[in-house]
Amino acid sequence: MFESLSDKLKKTLKNLRGQGKLTPEHVDAALREIRMALLEADVNYKVAKDFVDSVRAKAEGQEVWQGLNPHEQVVKIVYDELVELMGGTSSRLVFTKQIPNVVMIVGLQGSGKTTSTGKISRWLRDNQERKPLLVSVDVYRPAAREQLRVVGGAVGVPVYQDKESNDPLTLVRGAMKHAQEMGFDTLMIDTAGRLHVDDELMVELEQIKAETKPIEVLFVADAMTGQDAVNSAEIFHKRVGVTGVVLTKMDGDARGGAALSIRQVIGQPVKFVGVGEKYDAIEPFYPDRISQRILGMGDVLTLIEEVQGKIDEKQAQEQLEKLTKNQFTLEDFRSQLGQFKQLGSMSKLMKMLPEQMTGGMQLSDEQSAEVDVQMKRTEAIIDSMTKAERNDHKILDASRKTRVAGGSGTTIAEVNQLLRQYEQMRKMMAQMNKGGMLAGLGKRMMGGLAGGLGGMLGGGGLPGMGGMPGMLGNGGAEDDSAAKSSKKKKRHKKRK
Amino acid sequence: MALFWRRNREDKFSSSVLGLDKSIEELQAQEAAVERELGQRFSKAIEKTRDSINNRLDTIFEGRKQIDDQLLDELEEMLISTDIGVQTTMQILEAIRKGVSRQEINDIDALKATMKRELLDILQHSKDHGVASEMSVDAGIKPYVLMVVGVNGVGKTTTIGKLSQRIKDEGNDVLICAADTFRAAASDQLEIWAGRAGVPIVQQKQGTDPAAVLFDALQSAKSRNSDVLIVDTAGRLHNKANLMAELEKMKRIAGREVSGAPHETLLVLDAVTGQNGLEQARQFTKVADVTGVVLTKLDGTAKGGIAVAISKELNLPIRYVGIGEQVDDLMVFDAENYVNGLFN
Repeated sequence: MFESLSDKLKKTLKNLRGQGKLTPEHVDAALREIRMALLEADVNYKVAKDFVDSVRAKAEGQEVWQGLNPHEQVVKIVYDELVELMGGTSSRLVFTKQIPNVVMIVGLQGSGKTTSTGKISRWLRDNQERKPLLVSVDVYRPAAREQLRVVGGAVGVPVYQDKESNDPLTLVRGAMKHAQEMGFDTLMIDTAGRLHVDDELMVELEQIKAETKPIEVLFVADAMTGQDAVNSAEIFHKRVGVTGVVLTKMDGDARGGAALSIRQVIGQPVKFVGVGEKYDAIEPFYPDRISQRILGMGDVLTLIEEVQGKIDEKQAQEQLEKLTKNQFTLEDFRSQLGQFKQLGSMSKLMKMLPEQMTGGMQLSDEQSAEVDVQMKRTEAIIDSMTKAERNDHKILDASRKTRVAGGSGTTIAEVNQLLRQYEQMRKMMAQMNKGGMLAGLGKRMMGGLAGGLGGMLGGGGLPGMGGMPGMLGNGGAEDDSAAKSSKKKKRHKKRK
Repeated sequence: MALFWRRNREDKFSSSVLGLDKSIEELQAQEAAVERELGQRFSKAIEKTRDSINNRLDTIFEGRKQIDDQLLDELEEMLISTDIGVQTTMQILEAIRKGVSRQEINDIDALKATMKRELLDILQHSKDHGVASEMSVDAGIKPYVLMVVGVNGVGKTTTIGKLSQRIKDEGNDVLICAADTFRAAASDQLEIWAGRAGVPIVQQKQGTDPAAVLFDALQSAKSRNSDVLIVDTAGRLHNKANLMAELEKMKRIAGREVSGAPHETLLVLDAVTGQNGLEQARQFTKVADVTGVVLTKLDGTAKGGIAVAISKELNLPIRYVGIGEQVDDLMVFDAENYVNGLFN
């Protein structure tokens, strides 16, 4: 994986300590690291250069180089500057009374136009009360229109079709008419992918635009695009006047520097971000998040929001009360595991946390998979217990344990281990600071869940997982509750 | 540029009516002519790329008498703009700096020559690795299983369409396996290509386990006695563990049914891909033992430099390049042609 800019700067600037004064060479070296970090994130070299110049000006103005933690201050300036450059966005599309409002989707081949068309239409329907109709005018690529038909079916948005015609303009006119007659207020046109150097197809786009007078022309760009992103964006913008950008495949591990380049070159905001293969995997764009990603700072905000979105608040409240009264049963633990699983894989969660918090540690896919397997096994064991057993684990005697092990396909040793860990966790949680726990849902859940899981998994002997609970726990408001409790434990021991 | 698929070449030439009445010299001349023509077409396709690079170089050198630091900085930007990555750029610049300090590089021509040589070195070095040619696989093995992998939207299905037609045209029995059962209408798209090429295709409905489709195709290829089986796979982001595991399973099944299969695994890469391409190549190689790279959409303004970076870092040869929508717009990659195409 890439190193974060913060780490690089730290290294570059570390040597300064004790050397007394900063020289211009040191500053240059730091700025060079910033530039390299941007280039490795695929930010266009021109954009990177201008960017570094403005960071230099800012940093000199604030005299950060003289400060105690120059790298932190520099990263902050870089980050603020990035956010500012990409800011001023609103994902909501502004519609008029006209019927239909046309949204044109354009872009290079393979950038994800058809999938995005489906996702956005669904988003508009669910979030902006629109009634969309889709039409594909890609008469070139084999089965392209069929693809949109299937996508439309999957998201439940009607697709206009005319098998008789192979002419994009005829198709568009037909779709417009159909939308007017049937009362679809939004027509989304999925255009053929093309290289921006293909003049013939660009003329076709211009014609479609002239014919339909779209209120939005969305340029779909792959987050993995490199230096050439500016060229294609620039030409599309020049020819058809792009009004917004859709950044796709952000669920990959690309840093997405192309977003900054495109934003800079055409001056239009990123409106949507595609984050997965499922049709609801589209999100509004948040400039601060991609800035963090480009710099390798994680995505804490997204994580907190995911937690908020996917965790049942009432259930969490109940569990919390039980926790503090030390009534937290295996049944509760089981449902916590389920909620945690909804957040996605462990490696995804780790990626969203800033590196300061994870200590730079990232779970590899294998490790993440292993954690998932471990979780499954834990679930299986609990599932194999009767309700009475789940509510009071103390009744589990040898014969019950044998049954549970058999039922879950595990061994008695594993069942015992789980129970041991569960007891430890209960103890730990009971000691948690009650006041701190009520600070805020996102933070609370983070601390509670992670602390609990950490206790479970950390004891499970997973490679490289030992440090997890503390690290994740640090993210919560009650910050070192885990650490605190372990300290308390130590104190206990001493007393004993 | 060489013939497209040479595995059957021996019998083809001995039995060819055209070949029998011609001397070896004539045949060589014929082949040379074909190569020239292909070279020209390739050169034309990457014209825009070349123009932009040469314009940049000209601007950099304009009004300058000597090679100084500022010039090298501008050169660095030019190299970065090709997506070859920071590391490769540094390596090339280092070579140029050395040349300058030894006074071997005094003008633009010498400098271009150095850049070309460095790039060629990188590209040719990787030829000794992976599967640089179908000839390196024992001719007795049938079917030759060729698996095509990559992230979403890079042009896998189109590449397979072209590959199957080209390989068939050179006298091989080709069978296509449509194992992209995930993307909407992927199988339909491939079916249309198969129809155009007149090549049979094994497919099942969307959502079927791709490994099962592959198994069927392998059986079918064996019973039909096909020469080549080309396997399409669903696009997948390389950081999705479960999808990568699916790929590994397919590979395992191929190996179980046909000895040594897949004999070749091509990673398809879009020329516009940035530095993330390296990570793609790394992950796919880890899971599916990629043996070579196909660089598509090189007819835009993108330079496809990431393939050079991959070649350098992972020692993977570039096998084919896609320069257009037509069937014969898929070409055997020729390092010299590519490098010359960029700088002449």
